[in-house]
Amino acid sequence: MSEELKGNGHCETLVVDDEPTEGVSGSATAALCARAPVGLLAELTHRCPLQCAYCSNPIELERVNKELSTETWCSVMKQAGAMGILQVHLSGGEPTARKDLEQIVSAASEAGLYSNLITAAVTLNRPRLEDLAKRGLDHVQISFQDVDAENAERIGAYPGATQKKLDVARWVTELGLPLTINAPIHRQNIHNVGRYIELAVKLGAQRLEIAHVQYYGWAYLNRAALIPTYDETLKSIELVERERERLKGVLTIDMVVPDYYAKRPKPCMGGWGKGFMNITPAGKVLPCHAAETIKTLSFDNVQDRPLLDIWLNSEAFNAFRGTDWMKEPCRSCAFREIDFGGCRCQAMAITGDARNTDPACALSPYHGEMVRLAREEASRPPASFVYRNPRNAAEATKAERPLVPAE
Amino acid sequence: MSEITTPARLIVGRETRPHLPAYLKLRHDAGRDRWILLAPERVLTPDQTAVAVLKLCDGKRSVDDIVAVLATEYSALADVIRADVLDLLQGLADKGYIKG
Ligand code: SF4
Ligand code: SF4
Repeated sequence: MSEELKGNGHCETLVVDDEPTEGVSGSATAALCARAPVGLLAELTHRCPLQCAYCSNPIELERVNKELSTETWCSVMKQAGAMGILQVHLSGGEPTARKDLEQIVSAASEAGLYSNLITAAVTLNRPRLEDLAKRGLDHVQISFQDVDAENAERIGAYPGATQKKLDVARWVTELGLPLTINAPIHRQNIHNVGRYIELAVKLGAQRLEIAHVQYYGWAYLNRAALIPTYDETLKSIELVERERERLKGVLTIDMVVPDYYAKRPKPCMGGWGKGFMNITPAGKVLPCHAAETIKTLSFDNVQDRPLLDIWLNSEAFNAFRGTDWMKEPCRSCAFREIDFGGCRCQAMAITGDARNTDPACALSPYHGEMVRLAREEASRPPASFVYRNPRNAAEATKAERPLVPAE
Repeated sequence: MSEITTPARLIVGRETRPHLPAYLKLRHDAGRDRWILLAPERVLTPDQTAVAVLKLCDGKRSVDDIVAVLATEYSALADVIRADVLDLLQGLADKGYIKG
């Protein structure tokens, strides 16, 4: 979710998807909580007024009539607090599309969870935001599809979005809530990374997420429209590193880099089933938001089983916990406890086997081919967007063929 | 939005009266029996010294006041503590966790 910051000896920073290890006392609750995840991503709905082609939601969007009830979400919040989860991210789709968001926020707050609303902010009005703040909402994250309004509204397929987002951002800071600007970066807006930073400072945001698109769900389908060149990527990373230094104490800039161009994979989710859980609009509990692409896994539902039981015992969480499941080259690699072999879903999507080494790793036999394809796609003119909407979902479910490994 | 000026980096000195911004929650995590500082997308685990300092950051006490309290409490030399406290607070300020 974000990269680790090092403290100055007194304050260790954990990312939300990291497992705490220190200060655990001997009691049974403490031992249990210490194994509990730190972060919970609650995807309240897949409904969304925008249609971003970079969306990481699954192609098969969940229908409204499958969505969890208010009572179930409130119970989830309560269970989450009790089992030791610290932060909840209310996401989607567009979480404000749920009329009962207010009750869910109250439940999260009563459970002692630090709540984060992840919104596209085009349908949020001021009275509603004020009400959410009163109920204990702790933090708001607003996505901007680009800094240039016209391009942003083309990417999100929502005319007039930019002005609405600017209004909501202003209200957030006026209400004294912390603001994060989320900047989903790809080849069609990567030239504006510097201006995103200016915008975040101007809006009084505490935090900016330069989030290079991760190629899951709709984004994977739209890769040829999204993937930037190696040089553009490198330039944007260098710019962020310079600006971070200049804006110390003013703006925190977190950066998620595209691992297609990396040598080693990201420790996805800080390790499978280690610090993080995700609940889909229909109540399925996933170790990461793309886990449903691994068809061999079966997922438990919060309607059938307590959250803690799912966390500790469900088949999906145990499938890739630790290192026993690994194949070579991960199994005997010195980095296996550091990156946990990378992302299972990416291994699945590109190699056809979720137990393989993430092809983002240079040691994967699929790595060369993946990088070659990415570079080739990036060098051609961008493909046109397959917008994220139910009509395209039906069209797009045709499976892409996995790559063949290098010899 | 032309009137909005860029806020400057806070340089923590002896006169600074630090406080935690409202969105930071210093909480005791009962399950794990430790103190945590909750921030957007971050969970910090302050050690004992940091917790003692953070609890005194009320926007009224200056850094020197904080150092004086801690010097009495731990019967240590103010000069020794001060360097450590300044260092700790500057680090937190640079991440936006302390305002002056
Ligand atoms: S990425 Fe775009 S389409 Fe997907 S949930 Fe966010 S705003 Fe909606
Ligand atoms: S081989 Fe596996 S464990 Fe080693 S660096 Fe690559 S992904 Fe990580």
